[in-house]
Amino acid sequence: MMNKLRATEARRRAALSGIADRWAALPAWQRLIGVTAFIAILYYLPLLGVPGLTWLRTDSIDGGNSWAGVLFTCAIYVLVAIGLNVVVGLAGLLDLGYIGFFAIGAYSVALFGSTNSPVVKWMQRTFELEPTWAVAWAICIPLAIALSLTSGVILGWPTLRLRGDYLAIVTLGFGEIIRIVARNLTGVTNGAAGISAIPGPEGAPSADNQIFGLQDLKPWYWLAITVVLLMVFAVRRLENSRVGRSWLAIREDEDAAAVMGVNGFKFKLWAFAIGAALGGLSGFLFASRNAFIDPSQFNATLSILFVAMVVVGGSGNMVGVAFGAVLLAYLPERFRFVSDYRWVAFGFAMVVVMVLRPQGLIPSRRRARELQDRAKEAKVSV
Amino acid sequence: MSETTSTESREPVIPSQPGPRRLLLEIDQVVLRFGGVVALNEVSFQIHEGEILGLIGPNGAGKTTCFNVMTGVFKPTSGQVRFAGARVSGRKPPEISRMGISRTFQNIRLFPEMTALENVMVGTDSRHKTSVVGALFRLYRVRPKPEELPQVTSEAGLLRTWQQVRRSCAQIFGLSRHILEERAAEKKSLELLRFVGIQGRANEVARNLSYGDQRRLEIARALATEPKLICLDEPAAGFNPAEKEQLLKLIRQIRDRGHTVLLIEHDMRLVMGVTDRVVVLEFGTKIAEGSPDEVSRDPRVIAAYLGESVDAA
Repeated sequence: MMNKLRATEARRRAALSGIADRWAALPAWQRLIGVTAFIAILYYLPLLGVPGLTWLRTDSIDGGNSWAGVLFTCAIYVLVAIGLNVVVGLAGLLDLGYIGFFAIGAYSVALFGSTNSPVVKWMQRTFELEPTWAVAWAICIPLAIALSLTSGVILGWPTLRLRGDYLAIVTLGFGEIIRIVARNLTGVTNGAAGISAIPGPEGAPSADNQIFGLQDLKPWYWLAITVVLLMVFAVRRLENSRVGRSWLAIREDEDAAAVMGVNGFKFKLWAFAIGAALGGLSGFLFASRNAFIDPSQFNATLSILFVAMVVVGGSGNMVGVAFGAVLLAYLPERFRFVSDYRWVAFGFAMVVVMVLRPQGLIPSRRRARELQDRAKEAKVSV
Repeated sequence: MSETTSTESREPVIPSQPGPRRLLLEIDQVVLRFGGVVALNEVSFQIHEGEILGLIGPNGAGKTTCFNVMTGVFKPTSGQVRFAGARVSGRKPPEISRMGISRTFQNIRLFPEMTALENVMVGTDSRHKTSVVGALFRLYRVRPKPEELPQVTSEAGLLRTWQQVRRSCAQIFGLSRHILEERAAEKKSLELLRFVGIQGRANEVARNLSYGDQRRLEIARALATEPKLICLDEPAAGFNPAEKEQLLKLIRQIRDRGHTVLLIEHDMRLVMGVTDRVVVLEFGTKIAEGSPDEVSRDPRVIAAYLGESVDAA
């Protein structure tokens, strides 16, 4: 039984790598067209009405959630997965407290953008501002990124000297600390009562909002997918640079990398900070769309789910982790009848994936640079 | 043109005779203790620029430990290591690498999931300046040399226009330092892979290379950091005689490129064939130093290798 499964698996893997090879062999302009078409499909998805494909929509079943809303969740999970992939997949640092950064991003827009937050109220009193005043949504974006990035550096500075399991334990603790602080620091975060009226692009949620309202969620998805694409572009730039190589070298053999001149601590800290910033950005989007957050939304289970997305999808490969994120966000929504047993099903699926395909569904394939021609050009100066 | 070529072909022979050369590395009374074990006991020797120094000794003599002290992996208990006048001990490995000391490992330590080319590029990266911000935003612009500009290759049509636009943009705004460094790294790495003789396997993942190729790749990676001193830790381990012969040639070529070589080796014949000077360690203590001939006649060295006591010999 096992052997048969393995054989099937080997065949499928050969077929998959065939696709990747053929894709890489295409001329640049054809790949450009392919990517453009894919992006166009991504933007079209919330309108999906092609006969024969409508069963994909989550609102095609009884009591299904809004299709655009589910897509939005998928998009912010993809953003989380991309950020966590920098930390776990590229730099090889197991971070089990990623929800902490997600929460910090969410709370930055809540605390500074909502008129109901104690922080904004305090600012209104101190600076004698109108009761409707709050920090503008657009200013909350860099604020959320800066705060989560800083928290990544603050957490990373002392802890990145640790390796492997020890780092995992510390980060797990960090995630919990953020949640518990948010619950107990009532004077700042409203505690378990949470914060409402978190603004979106059009300001505080109200029935007058034309585009980013509470009913029609399509614009929210389009906003999120735009952010995701921008971040994919940015992370790709890093991956294909000295920074990406240093991350991989650290993951593979930290001591050898140090002897080859890689400043391990610096690049690990960068990985942590970038991962944290992406997590924060994702949390920011989550809070703006939800308009209400409370500490119970940021529990450790979600942290584990985030790591699962990366590991199931294929640690180290952006396409893989994005796929993993979409899978884990979409499947429970579409197949509601299993959602009561979702953690059982989920655990079982994890075990199956880990036994049959420990490298993830779409594993990282070290990109072979197209150098055959350029190798001939290089002059020998011996 | 023909004249310069002929002078070049006559000139590049670097004298292998030991002459008055600049001191490169100085190991001064280095002691290293692990608890009660004395791994290195007041070891002192010097390496001069442009020479090939052999460091030999029986198993467990402290050769690799000596390497580790020199490359910053271990901090000496007392004593100092100075490189080109600057103190080495106490600095971190990346700093020492930037000073110009590089090494290979006795038990190969490549980055197994990265391609051969990427392995070498990690080495070249240590001399580059671009970091996260530079790679992300690419705002630091450098005026490219004419040969670095994008080429217009297409004969006509849209593609040609596009290429012309790119070329003009590069002329007006310059190219980002990131791109230029990336290209330089790639070019140099390929050249190094060719130098050690594995250019055909550039895109292969390091894990899949044969044992001999992995050893060669380690040398290429170490050379990529532009070291003044390269330390080879048993590079011939597991090689057959033909491969050893090739390695000898390669080590001489490395010296001829202007690197100083420190060679740890078990194989006496290899050491005798290539080194200018030899230092012999036994039980963490230096027992002899001199030309290969002198050392191989030294009764204490013979005793150390053959296990006889000095008196019996």
